[in-house]
Amino acid sequence: MEANTAHQQEPVLKDVIPVVGPGHSFETISEKISSIVLTQRTPISLFIGLGMGFLIINMLMAAVTALLYEGVGIWGLNAPVGWGFDITNFVWWVGIGHAGTLISAILLLMGQKWRTSINRFAEAMTLFAVACAAMFPLLHTGRPWFAAYWLLPIPNTMAIWPQFRSPLMWDVFAISTYGSVSLLFWYVGLIPDLATMRDRAKHWLVKMIFGMLSMGWRGSARHWARYETIYNLLAGLATPLVVSVHTIVSFDFAVSVIPGWHTTIFPPYFVAGAIFSGFAMVLTLLLPVRYLFRLHDFVTMRHIENMAKVMLVTGLMVFYGYNVEAFMGWYSSNKYEGFMIYNRMTGPYWWSYCLLIFCNGVVPQVLWIKKIRQNVYILWLITLVVNVGMWLERFVIVVTSLHRDFVPSSWGRYAPTMWEVMLFVGTIGFFVFMMILFVRALPMIPMFEMKTLLPESKVKHHKE
Amino acid sequence: MTEKTKLYGLMAEFDNPQAIVDATNAAYKAGYRKMDAYSPFPIEELQEALHFHTRVQYIVLVAGIIGALLGYGLQYWTSAVDYPINIGGRPYNSWVSFIPITFELTILIGAFSGAIGMILLNGLPQPYHPVFNVPRFSMASSDRFFLCIESEDSKFDRRATAEFLKSLNAAEVTEVEP
Repeated sequence: MEANTAHQQEPVLKDVIPVVGPGHSFETISEKISSIVLTQRTPISLFIGLGMGFLIINMLMAAVTALLYEGVGIWGLNAPVGWGFDITNFVWWVGIGHAGTLISAILLLMGQKWRTSINRFAEAMTLFAVACAAMFPLLHTGRPWFAAYWLLPIPNTMAIWPQFRSPLMWDVFAISTYGSVSLLFWYVGLIPDLATMRDRAKHWLVKMIFGMLSMGWRGSARHWARYETIYNLLAGLATPLVVSVHTIVSFDFAVSVIPGWHTTIFPPYFVAGAIFSGFAMVLTLLLPVRYLFRLHDFVTMRHIENMAKVMLVTGLMVFYGYNVEAFMGWYSSNKYEGFMIYNRMTGPYWWSYCLLIFCNGVVPQVLWIKKIRQNVYILWLITLVVNVGMWLERFVIVVTSLHRDFVPSSWGRYAPTMWEVMLFVGTIGFFVFMMILFVRALPMIPMFEMKTLLPESKVKHHKE
Repeated sequence: MTEKTKLYGLMAEFDNPQAIVDATNAAYKAGYRKMDAYSPFPIEELQEALHFHTRVQYIVLVAGIIGALLGYGLQYWTSAVDYPINIGGRPYNSWVSFIPITFELTILIGAFSGAIGMILLNGLPQPYHPVFNVPRFSMASSDRFFLCIESEDSKFDRRATAEFLKSLNAAEVTEVEP
């Protein structure tokens, strides 16, 4: 047929695993993805996960209540370590969030079609991770209800304004913009699929809820034209945004004068680390979900391998960052810088540095082997190791740099208290809880975008 | 339009993207202008067939510039005009330190204006629209493609237009109640 010539010109790569499994049509894609929400029975393991998440959220509530009642004194923070678990966890969560934006925005702009089936899942992860992240800086002020005046330019009776020359203010604006734009991007991406859900739902209430959420979307060609334009522009805006956010997070450290913080490699190395940990977290969550809902046709080995490769590359960048830090400790001939690195490796927190190098430097190297990239069980374990490693990275940066700075008389030690651990574990519970609700209540794979991947969606160009 | 009961339009159903693009092209060539095509996923050729061009992107440009000016203006006014304060000998207008927030507000206002602009230009939220009166239209979001020629069109004629749509190999032609 003549109609086929247009897409025959596209390169045919025979040994590449397709991004959609064979035998799918427009209808089966809608059916498979929407049925998870509309008709399938909820797997029992989801209830168990939800129940555990709920219990852990209660622990989170207890930790927050105690904090607000007693004040930040219940944490292990004191001079000289004024930042401990709070900022470690904050940076860890923000970093995890970045993979969602990377997958949905940067890979979209680069024309990476394989991103389609994982982008919504990853974006949802971004939202919940940013929500977890935002708790820490808010709570570490001790009195979050005052924080509005410290953090936002709200006219007040004292007639003063926030200090805009401070990286901490940049951080407030970066994180809140990031959270809002991520939510917007995610919702805009959902609108056409919410309309599909509305049309497929049987129960009137479900129909009504999805109908309200989809705002009356009807898939008109004019709608689609504006929609596609704006969606691509949002991706174009989100791409520099995600890079700026973690750059600004790294400025929280790099703009200060503490040895171990005051370094120009921080912005690029923080961004690479964010992507590294984010991809690890996407895989940690996606592999069980793929198994649970039999999504092997949509999340194929190609997606998994690609994500493993991104982890390998960004892992190497991060590892390069560690080495440059160590190199600069020696090459700068600055004795404080040199001592900082020496202290990191041999001081009281030597174990965290060694574990960090093991988790982020050594273990990911096995991803060079194709067999391991394709083995979902081993890969899942590696992603857990990387999650731990990236948490340790932030712990090492925050705590080991602070606890011994210039003058030995001001040295100290830090250990978290039970409340800090509870708060941290609590946010993990919150994250899992929200992810389970998302998977159950909304289509986790963009149906309309998946349809454009099928060859029958291609149209022969009209010749005037 | 001469009929007693006024219709919103006539709707033809197609089962593949190529058919709807061809049909829309044919309808445009036959002189129909007030029509719309519905598909479960974006088809670029379809908007070309309707000769529709969007200018929604300029909203993002303008809003982004406004966001940048607001962002910088906020910091300049608070730090250099309303409450100037000497921080480490930096100038009151420390423009380098003001770049990150200026950038963030550019993105924030650009993105929100663009998305809200897209939704409003699309006429959404719109709880009621006549096309939903066609029972089979619920498949427009799954795997069916629809072309609706509206009765507002000057060339619209209940019988002739229906004949015309049938001649385009439509699977079904239905009248759309207003």
